[in-house]
Amino acid sequence: MTLQSLDTPDFATPPARAILARAGQGARRATARYGLLLGFLALWQVGSSVGWINATVFPPLHLILGALWEGLSSGALLDDIAISLQRSGLAFAAAVGLGIPLGLFMGQIRAVEQALDPILQVFRQTSALALYPVFILLLGLGELSKVFVIFWATLFPVLLATIGGVKEVDRKLIEMARSYGATRRAVFLRVVLPAALPSIFVGLRLSATTALLLLIAAEMIGANRGLGFQVMNAQYNFQIPLMFAAIFLLALFGLAANFALVSVQRRLCRWADAG
Amino acid sequence: MTVLDSIARRGEVTIRDLSKSFTLNGRRLDVLRGIDLHVPGGEVLAIVGPSGCGKTTLLRVLAGLEEPDRGDVLIDGAPVHGIGRQRAVIFQEPRLLPWLTVTENVAFGLEMRGIDRATATEQARHWVRLVGLAGFEAAYPRQLSGGMAQRVGIARALTVQPEILLLDEPLGALDAMTKLTMQEELARIWREQGVTMILVTHDLEEAIFLADRVLVLSKDSGTPPRVIDLHLPRPRDRSASGFVALRRQLMAAFGLH
Ligand SMILES: Nc1ncnc2c1ncn2[C@@H]1O[C@H](COP(=O)(O)OP(=O)(O)O)[C@@H](O)[C@H]1O
Ligand SMILES: [Mg+2]
Repeated sequence: MTLQSLDTPDFATPPARAILARAGQGARRATARYGLLLGFLALWQVGSSVGWINATVFPPLHLILGALWEGLSSGALLDDIAISLQRSGLAFAAAVGLGIPLGLFMGQIRAVEQALDPILQVFRQTSALALYPVFILLLGLGELSKVFVIFWATLFPVLLATIGGVKEVDRKLIEMARSYGATRRAVFLRVVLPAALPSIFVGLRLSATTALLLLIAAEMIGANRGLGFQVMNAQYNFQIPLMFAAIFLLALFGLAANFALVSVQRRLCRWADAG
Repeated sequence: MTVLDSIARRGEVTIRDLSKSFTLNGRRLDVLRGIDLHVPGGEVLAIVGPSGCGKTTLLRVLAGLEEPDRGDVLIDGAPVHGIGRQRAVIFQEPRLLPWLTVTENVAFGLEMRGIDRATATEQARHWVRLVGLAGFEAAYPRQLSGGMAQRVGIARALTVQPEILLLDEPLGALDAMTKLTMQEELARIWREQGVTMILVTHDLEEAIFLADRVLVLSKDSGTPPRVIDLHLPRPRDRSASGFVALRRQLMAAFGLH
């Protein structure tokens, strides 16, 4: 219900000319935004081909793309992608499913937050990688310990951002709602939740990035499939183009996750960028 | 109580022996000390006094946002505790929800009082027009000027059709020109709605322009609050001799020549 109320219907569709003008503008903005990245990639390609940089460590891009294509078309990499996305996805879903409700609860009840904060800080400061051996001891070398170590690292960004978002809700807005007789439930749904939403999204984006970053670590031990495993394995077997192909795929998934979350956020928080 | 009686009493506020203190850094601070006051229904009472004398505290007690230590607040003859439907508060800051449009913000109060969204929106539209915001129904608060935002806050309060409007320096943050327009607006709203208005202000001219009576609070415990009857004809004209004389007289009483 709250989500719907955040969402106003679009105004009339703009005429074709306006769309064209906007497309032109979009192209210019894209150049301004991605120009440097393209320049970097071009420099890599040329530098590696000509020999300015060590081509065995930084193979030219066409070799990397070749390895990528071969891995995808033969289906070898598809397996790795599937298992990695499953690990990260499960961990991310669990972190969000626990982190947001817990954060909403902790952010609102001061006593709970104060009681749990010290232990939370200790957990957060304890690197998930350092705890990985413990998780393996507890959960074995199978899927569970891998998903759990990713979950562990993924939980804190979204949890802490949600707590922060709820704690920073303007007390004056809550009082205003109360002065109109709002129930606790209405205050939560109509004031606290929408106010915390932008902060929750910051946490979600950080968590999504973390879930992919942790793949490398999680698949370093006791794995024989996965993009993280491929990065390590290709390096070990000196298949450098394949290693970079796996790294690129990981980066690509990170960008895609971020893009998806930003799009959802734009839809839900349209009020924030209404100029 | 007869029907006539209850109509006559609509919007009446009585305060009996009201006291309120706060503890600040371990020290007790007596902010309100045994205040007695009667505001007949439909009157405009302005509350003035130096900063920190307890104007906001008194208004918050009247709103039910703060419990008094001692004494009673009676609305239409009945003691009240906590917030209630007879009263609506207009704060110094508009306190709009940034994620709602103008119309949705105005409808918010009604929705909190259990009116379904369609009806609330319908009524909100009417009040949005009434405060001069036609054309801005779909705008978000961050797209509004300070004066427009405050109009939305006023519309939100009016939409719930309170008997009593409690205003805490509602125009305090506005620029001089906007302030004048909004004072006219408040005078018009009062005339048309017949609500009781209790208005905290630090602007003596605003008090004289809008109020029937002025309650003067002081900061030191020796001086009891006093009430000044204005006896000025309406509509009021800031340049009329009676207005000017009254302003001079009040300024002098505050030691502001
Ligand atoms: N919640 C509170 N806790 C402690 N002290 C308060 C609180 N609210 C107000 N006060 C104190 O009470 C006094 C009166 O405040 P207030 O009613 O806001 O004054 P005014 O509105 O006239 O400027 C001030 O000294 C203020 O510091
Ligand atoms: Mg005040």
